[in-house]
Amino acid sequence: MKGSVAVVAELGRRSIRQTFRRPQLIAPLLVIPTLLLAVQAAGAGRAIDLPGFPPVESFFDFLLAGAMLQSALLAGNSGGIALAIDIEMGFTDRLLAAPIPRFAIVAGRLAGTAAMGAVTAVWFLAIGLIFGVRIEEGLLGALLMIALVTLAALSFGTLGAALALRSGSASVVQGTFPLVFVILFLSTAFFPADLLLEPARTIARFNPLSFIAEAVRDPVISVFSARELLEGLAGIVLVGAAGLALCSLALRRRLRLG
Amino acid sequence: MDIALATDWATIRALVRRSANELIRVPGAAVPGVLAPTIFFLGLTAVFGNLTLLPGFTTGSYASFMVPVSMLQGAGFTGAAMGVNLARDIELGLFDRFLASPAPRWVLLTGLVLSAAIRSFIPATFVFLIALAVGAHLPGPGGLIVTYLCVVGTATIAACWSATIALRFKTQSAAPLMQTVMLALVLCTTAYAPQELLTGWLATAAEYNPFTQVVDAARQGFVGGVTWEGTWPAFAVIAALTALLGALALRGMRRTAY
Repeated sequence: MKGSVAVVAELGRRSIRQTFRRPQLIAPLLVIPTLLLAVQAAGAGRAIDLPGFPPVESFFDFLLAGAMLQSALLAGNSGGIALAIDIEMGFTDRLLAAPIPRFAIVAGRLAGTAAMGAVTAVWFLAIGLIFGVRIEEGLLGALLMIALVTLAALSFGTLGAALALRSGSASVVQGTFPLVFVILFLSTAFFPADLLLEPARTIARFNPLSFIAEAVRDPVISVFSARELLEGLAGIVLVGAAGLALCSLALRRRLRLG
Repeated sequence: MDIALATDWATIRALVRRSANELIRVPGAAVPGVLAPTIFFLGLTAVFGNLTLLPGFTTGSYASFMVPVSMLQGAGFTGAAMGVNLARDIELGLFDRFLASPAPRWVLLTGLVLSAAIRSFIPATFVFLIALAVGAHLPGPGGLIVTYLCVVGTATIAACWSATIALRFKTQSAAPLMQTVMLALVLCTTAYAPQELLTGWLATAAEYNPFTQVVDAARQGFVGGVTWEGTWPAFAVIAALTALLGALALRGMRRTAY
């Protein structure tokens, strides 16, 4: 067990170093969501005047959680691309031949994805605070948001890793990039469910990302709610469990086919 | 026709044919450029569709309001894709051979830019048809012609910009710079809402962003009638940006040694 932890820690360190050494991996996670946050917050800022919109100081307050989760989803996709590159370059084959537990290969990569999630959460919190967002729940609320976004990135990372293990191709994983936006648009990440148009409204009510978005948003726009938090955590666990199951199947298939 | 001019025209046609061949041989290459604006169109319409309920909104159909933006976005991505292809040709050394040929630099640039302008019809038409399917207003022939002229103009601007970047950095890694700038140029306008409903920094940015004229002109036929007063500023902006960025691209090409 101690050995496994050491392997995961070492692979995780490698993954984190790799991420921060390649600005092209982390820049898209920050630049596109920041641009969309800035444009949507001002472009659709009057949305808060719509009947049925939850009481918020500004649309920026509402959107902040959406931008964070957009980044977390992109981090999951980016982590999958990095794992696929490892597979293409033969690094994963060497790990598979090494006397280490197989789960460490995925867990190490996920550590890098979680680190990216934490960085993006801090980035967006800083932007939010600079532009006047007031976190109702204070410092604890901010820490809770960082923790939730980090866990969400970890959980989305399992889906990216599963795709990488299944396809073994970085371009295939990269090709799923637009799906990130489909998932986001069909959730409450950018707008309240009641004000979405059909069929997005119905889908958003069942989309786990909606629950995660509400949990991340909660400390900003209202007082702490255990229910929102538990629903958000349940969403994260659901996505993570599905991703890990898919990772396991994909890894087994890869080992079987050689 | 003058022999030199006939040769130049034949070279331009050959470059356009080469670009068309890529589409025929690798049809999948066009998918990302079509998919991204379509997802944005459908997603943003579903999310922000109820903004039309705000007093002062110029149409009751957000799909009609948003479709020209997505068509221009598709044109921007197509132009940026041309820059990525140029960077690939530079990396592979193919472009050195073009430069070593007796073809004048402006002919090479025109061939590349014209290819992008023609290819921009693919995403624009796809988004347009999807928009009609989800209930967007069908503009009259005048409105449609103005929209498509704006689409072609946007692809030309994007191609000149991305060629400048490709010639400056000589690597495909510069792709995010090509794409993000075009995305920002299109979105920092009245893309999400009419000028009167924009808030914060975007209200000012959209007022001074010359590209707002292009978005507004392309939108005319979808939300009302087409007027010359609403059209000529867009053509002036397209001409000015093409002249400026075309000159920069040409300068980059002249400075590129072979």
